[in-house]
Amino acid sequence: MSVLVALAIVGPLAASGVGLLVRERHHLRDAITLMGLSATALAAVALLIDVQRNGTTVVRVGGWDPELGIVLVADQFASLILVVATLTILVVDIFAIGQRGTASTGDQTVVGPMLLVLTSGVSLAILTGDLFTLFVAFELILVSSYVLLTHQGRAAQLRSGMTYVVINLLASTLFLFGIAYVYAATRTVNIALLAERIPELDEGVRLGIGLWFLVVFGTKAAMFPLFSWLPDSYPTAPTTVTAVFAGLLTKIGVYVMIRFHTLTGMDDLGPVILVAAGLTMIVGVAGALAQNDVKRILSFHVVSQIGYMLMGLGLFTVAGVAGAVLFLVHQIPVKTVMFLVGGLIEDDQGNSSLDRVGGLAARRPIIAVLFAIPALSLAGIPPFSGFVAKLSLIDAGLDAGSIAIVVVALVASMFTLLSMSKIWLGVFWREPTPPSEPASSKASKRMMGGATLAAVAGTLAVVAFAGPLWTMSEDIARDLLDGQTYIDEVLGTDRGGVAAP
Amino acid sequence: MSAALIAAVSALVGSGVYLITSRSLSRIVLGFSLLGHAAVLALLAAGGAAGGPPIVGNNDQAPSDPLPQAFALTAIVISFGLTLFILALASRQRQLTGDDLVEDDVEDRRVAQLSAKLANDRQGDAS
Repeated sequence: MSVLVALAIVGPLAASGVGLLVRERHHLRDAITLMGLSATALAAVALLIDVQRNGTTVVRVGGWDPELGIVLVADQFASLILVVATLTILVVDIFAIGQRGTASTGDQTVVGPMLLVLTSGVSLAILTGDLFTLFVAFELILVSSYVLLTHQGRAAQLRSGMTYVVINLLASTLFLFGIAYVYAATRTVNIALLAERIPELDEGVRLGIGLWFLVVFGTKAAMFPLFSWLPDSYPTAPTTVTAVFAGLLTKIGVYVMIRFHTLTGMDDLGPVILVAAGLTMIVGVAGALAQNDVKRILSFHVVSQIGYMLMGLGLFTVAGVAGAVLFLVHQIPVKTVMFLVGGLIEDDQGNSSLDRVGGLAARRPIIAVLFAIPALSLAGIPPFSGFVAKLSLIDAGLDAGSIAIVVVALVASMFTLLSMSKIWLGVFWREPTPPSEPASSKASKRMMGGATLAAVAGTLAVVAFAGPLWTMSEDIARDLLDGQTYIDEVLGTDRGGVAAP
Repeated sequence: MSAALIAAVSALVGSGVYLITSRSLSRIVLGFSLLGHAAVLALLAAGGAAGGPPIVGNNDQAPSDPLPQAFALTAIVISFGLTLFILALASRQRQLTGDDLVEDDVEDRRVAQLSAKLANDRQGDAS
């Protein structure tokens, strides 16, 4: 169903244009944003069902040969992540609409349209079949995220936005250099053709390309030691923006890393990735323990959790990569929910510093429940989604005989629980403090709470469907590590000797 | 030809990296322009030797590879837009703080002060 693929990319972009035209008419703009995002999410769900039934959809844009033109590939991996991503953005947009007009945010004229541009970029990054289109998709994501990060124009946001912009621009420039190297070595940027040609390259060139892209995607994914921009820039942004960023942007980096490094057969980079994964987990969680503000603690946890996905990738076994895919699916909604709850706390108390809030469990028990579920899930306590995902990774690690990384993962998990209980003690117990800002209206509270509740339900759905999701992740992992399925699907099995120049 | 390109790319990258380590936003913008040019040159160099005809059909020679040129054009357009965006940020920063320097993080400073204080206390206990 190629029309669905096109709709997921072009739909939100068109809606954002219309939304910007009518940006001063709040209700109309919000309606357009919601419709655009819902349509994209529906298209993604339909695409997933279609891919499950009829197999991978490949769209050759303009009918060009894959060697020259752009291909969009909706396979199981892409459509699964696309569904999770678009649903998450939809929930965040509902939260943002609820938040409009509250004291902390102002009127948010550009948030809706920019979320649409972001959605389009995310869809493109997930569906694209070549590296240069991936570069364009990254730029699309980054431009919209720069605007989201700095649109309120406060001094703190400009300061941290600068770090974000500079680091990400540098990563983009490195990406461009990487594309030049890959093209010089293989005469193509199509990922399927690369999957054929990179393993045949000279050992040094091949590893050079692998490491170069590890740095590029690692910067986007906030992998150790390239993570320091993240905890610096995320906490100052408005809640909704941080929620989307934390849930999606780093995960897109991990997604492309999983795709690129498995398909091009970079197994020998496994140990490097594993070391980076372990350090990412530990440094992230240690940073979280040192912080004293809910949003900053959560930002460090974003870094720490990236380590788990890298661990699955670094093992380069079917079970490991499948664990990484499942962790990705669990992590996107959980991280978003945590920041949305952070936003609820901020909305109720006027700030989110552990020293200045307290006693929320008595005053707002619903927020406490909404926080507890994803927090336990993040730490990996059964029966929540984090447990399923972490169990599969630990199991894969033991199978592969990498005991060290398994120990590191378990220790990091324990510290995660410790830092979650720190938030719990600081925010939900102790003496209640009076809110420092006037409370927002009932309607907007209900809308924000409802959106958070929907996202929590989403994380619970990951547990409920853990069985089918695991089977699907294993399928995905097998195809990725094998590579031949992807190559055949994209290039067609019947091509008669494509002449490599 | 290719050696000249490599020399140009390395000179541009060197000066670009030097400029973006600066604190002033206007220098960072210049640094990124240089880095962008370097990337475009690298893409051109990746396209193979110079001198081929641009379009098929003029003579028997194989035409130049059009793909890297298309990449380069796209990259130029994108970096142009981003340069404008950073300049807008720099001008906003100037409005707010009077200069365009990137400042330290407040929380980072607080954490640093705390650890300095702890180290001081420990020294005090020891002596």
